[in-house]
Amino acid sequence: MKISVIITLKKDVLDPQGKVIHQTLDGMGFDDVNEVRQGKYFEIDTKESDPKKAKDKVEDMCKKLLANLVIENYKIIDAQ
Amino acid sequence: MKSSVITFPGSNCDRDMDVALKKFGFKNKMVWHDDVELPKSDLVVLPGGFSYGDYLRCGSMASKSKIMKSVINFANSGGMVMGICNGFQILVETGLVPGVLLRNKYLEFICKNVFVKINNKQNTYFKNIDNEVLEFHIAHNEGNYFCTKDQLKEIEDNEQIAINYCDKDGNTEEQFNPNGSIKNIAGIFNKEKNVLGMMPHPERMIDPSLSGEDGSLFFNNLINNLK
Repeated sequence: MKISVIITLKKDVLDPQGKVIHQTLDGMGFDDVNEVRQGKYFEIDTKESDPKKAKDKVEDMCKKLLANLVIENYKIIDAQ
Repeated sequence: MKSSVITFPGSNCDRDMDVALKKFGFKNKMVWHDDVELPKSDLVVLPGGFSYGDYLRCGSMASKSKIMKSVINFANSGGMVMGICNGFQILVETGLVPGVLLRNKYLEFICKNVFVKINNKQNTYFKNIDNEVLEFHIAHNEGNYFCTKDQLKEIEDNEQIAINYCDKDGNTEEQFNPNGSIKNIAGIFNKEKNVLGMMPHPERMIDPSLSGEDGSLFFNNLINNLK
């Protein structure tokens, strides 16, 4: 089954890339943006067919490799 | 004194480090990341470079490579482990030293000489160095040291800050901070001070005709402290 995960920077972590994207959007005329935060998205295709087990495994992957929990949060957004 | 330099796919300061260590008397061995066993060493160095192309997060893949299990065991049993630049990024990803290294504040790759102030000399790395300030070289895109408030308190309480960015006179104001690091931190220790991670490259300052000699001072002192 396929599991989708997003990784986002925690609130108080500086995101200079997000800031530059915000400034660029502003310059393009999208001037009603309050803030932009950049993150990462993963699709993991696993042999595991049990949704609960698959999610647990992906959560373990997030904790051990995909996210650095000092600065990032992860969220499993889809499993199918 | 025996040293080992670990080469990861994408390391590019490993041979410079080999030259530096040998110049100051270490018997150095190059160790491939896929090896399991660490040769008998008094010092293990994780060199600079772009291990695994900096994929995912700098140092994240390298921190899971086979040899790192032995390096982590070595560090946890009191062995001296030094990570320079990408090596520092690998160290934070293993959790051997606290915090993370974020993208530089102004999104620029920085390549220049900097001054660093030695914050703690009660350790094998900096003990007996007379200078308060050293001139080293930095070359990085992700050297912006960050940690949580709780971690910072712990780091300060345990005197784990090794070096701070400063001017030539040792002033550590924000204006001498090249990359946005918290408290101008350029290098930190683990609690026990046997593991050191730092962004500056001492191995690039060992030849008077090419650079300064503060790296020579550092390595000379280090091998004497290890003897």
